[in-house]
Amino acid sequence: MKELIYLAYLVSAVLFIMGLKLLSSPKTARRGNLLGALGMLIAIVVTLLDKAIIDFTFILIGLIVGGGIGLLLAKRVQMTAMPQMVGLLNGFGGGASTLVAFAEYMRLSGDASLTVWTGANVSYDVLATLVLSLLIGTVTFTGSLIAFAKLQGIMRGAPILYTMQKQINAAMLLGAIVLGVLFVLDPSLWLFLIIIIAIAAILGVTSVIPIGGADMPVVISLLNSYSGLAAAMTGFVLSNNALIITGTLVGASGFILTSIMCKAMNRSLGNVLFAGVGVDYTAGATTATEQRTVVRYTPEDAAFMLENAQSVIIVPGYGLAVAQAQHVLQELASLLISRGATVRYAIHPVAGRMPGHMNVLLAEANVPYDLLLEMDQINDDFQNTDVALIIGANDVVNPAARTKKESPLYGMPILNVDYARTTMVVKRSLNPGFAGEDNDLFYEKKTMMVFGDAKSVVTNLVQVLKK
Amino acid sequence: MTETLMISIYVFVLAAFVGFEVISKVPPLLHTPLMSGSNAISGITVVGSLIAAGEGHGGLSVILGMIAVIFAMINVVGGFMVTDRMLGMFKQDTSKPKQIKKAE
Repeated sequence: MKELIYLAYLVSAVLFIMGLKLLSSPKTARRGNLLGALGMLIAIVVTLLDKAIIDFTFILIGLIVGGGIGLLLAKRVQMTAMPQMVGLLNGFGGGASTLVAFAEYMRLSGDASLTVWTGANVSYDVLATLVLSLLIGTVTFTGSLIAFAKLQGIMRGAPILYTMQKQINAAMLLGAIVLGVLFVLDPSLWLFLIIIIAIAAILGVTSVIPIGGADMPVVISLLNSYSGLAAAMTGFVLSNNALIITGTLVGASGFILTSIMCKAMNRSLGNVLFAGVGVDYTAGATTATEQRTVVRYTPEDAAFMLENAQSVIIVPGYGLAVAQAQHVLQELASLLISRGATVRYAIHPVAGRMPGHMNVLLAEANVPYDLLLEMDQINDDFQNTDVALIIGANDVVNPAARTKKESPLYGMPILNVDYARTTMVVKRSLNPGFAGEDNDLFYEKKTMMVFGDAKSVVTNLVQVLKK
Repeated sequence: MTETLMISIYVFVLAAFVGFEVISKVPPLLHTPLMSGSNAISGITVVGSLIAAGEGHGGLSVILGMIAVIFAMINVVGGFMVTDRMLGMFKQDTSKPKQIKKAE
C-alpha cells in the first residue's frame, strides 16, 4: 500500500512537470493547466487513502470551505485585479505551510499541551527544515497580505520608509535564525517557535512596505517563489518527495520571473532580496518644472495621422488598464487593420502590475496573441514604423534610460519608440512616471501629445476614424 | 546526516534543474498564467494538511490542520480555475495570418 501511494505521488509530480512544459505555447497551455489540476486531484485522493488519517470530519469541512472560497474568488476576480489575486493565493499557500509545520511539531512533541517534550529522537534536519518552513511560510503569508492590501488600495501604494529599515530587517532575520538554531538543539523550546513565527510575521510586513506600487511585479514574483520554497521545506519536514518536487518547481518559477523583472527594471536581485526595492527611486523623485513646450494635438489630428499610417505599433502601459481602455483600443486596432495597416502591440516586460499582466488584459479584450510582441522581438522594427502609439506608458519609453547617466532609469531596457517616424503619446498630463524622471520624448518635434484619459481619447479616435 | 535527508536533497536539487529547464521555456506572453498556475500547484501542501487534519487526536493540531486545508484549497482551486479562465481568453489571430508574417 505504502509503495502504491509513493508511486501515485510520483505520477502527480510528473503531471505537474508536464503541465508546466505545455505552458510553453498558448496553444497547449490550457491543457497543461488541466494536467496540473489532475495531478493535484491524484495527490489529494491518494492522501485520503493514507492510513494515518483516522477522522475525516475536519478534512471535509476544510475541503468544502476552502474549495468554495477558491471557486468564488476565481469566478469573481477582474483581470485588472489579477496581481492582488495571485498575491492573496500566494499568501494562503505560505500560511498553509506554516500551519502544517506547526501541526507536525505538535505531533512530534508527543504531548498536546506542548509543555513536555516526549517526542522520540527527531533528527536535526527535520527540526531545521521545520524552522525554515515556519519562517518562510509566515513571511510569505504576511508579506502577501501587505502586497494584496497595497494593490487593492486598502493601503497606500507609496513606499513606507524609516531609518535603518534594512538593518533592522537583517537583525530580525538573524535573531530568528539564532532562535532556530537553539530550538534545533533543544526541541522542547516550543516558545522559541512562537517567537520565530512572530518575527517572521513582522518581517513579512516590514520587507514589503518599502516597495512602491510600480515595483509590484518584482514582489509578486518573489512571494511566488517563497510560497514554493515554503512548500518544499514542509516536504523536508514530512519526508514527502511530492511536496519537495512541486515546491521546488514553484520556487524555481518564481525565481526566474523575479530575475526577469529585475533585469527589465534595471535592478539587481540582491537589491530586491534585501528589501531595498523602490528606495533609490523615491530619492530621485524630483518635480519636473523645466520650461519646455510640447505640442498639443487634438484627437482629430491624431486620427488623421493614423489614417495615413501604413504601420502602427501600439505601446500599452498600465494607464490603459486603469482606464479600462483595452476593449476600445482593440476596436481602434481592428479598424486600422481593416484599412490595410499593419498593427502590432509592443509589450514591455514590466507593463502592468505583474509579469505578463498586459498580455492577459489585452487577451481579455480579444486581441489575438500573435499581435503581441515582446520587447526584443519588436525593438528593431520601430525605425520602419510610421506611428508608435503610446497609451498610458511612460518610464518604459523614456530615452533617458539610454543617455542620462544620473537618471534612476539609466540602463533599463526600453522600447525604442523614438525611432519611429512619428510618436503619438496619449497621457493625462506631463507628470513624470514612477521613476520621477521627466520624459524628453514628449518635447521632441515628431512627438504628438494627445492629452486626456486613455479611454475617452481612444473612443474619440475610433469615432473620428469611423466617419 | 540521515539517508532520508540525503534522498530529499537529491530530489530537491534535481527538481530545481528540471524547474529551470521547463520554466525558462515559457514565453513572457504566458507569465501571468504561469504564475497563477505554479501558485496553484504550490498548494500541494494540502497533502500535509490533510494528514494533520485527519489525525483525530490532539485537538489543536487537528484544528490547525483544518485551517491549513482551507488555506491550501483556496490556493489550489482558486489558482487552477483562474488560470483556466485566463488561458481561455488567449486566442490566435485567424483573420489575417499572412499579413502578420510579412510584417515580421
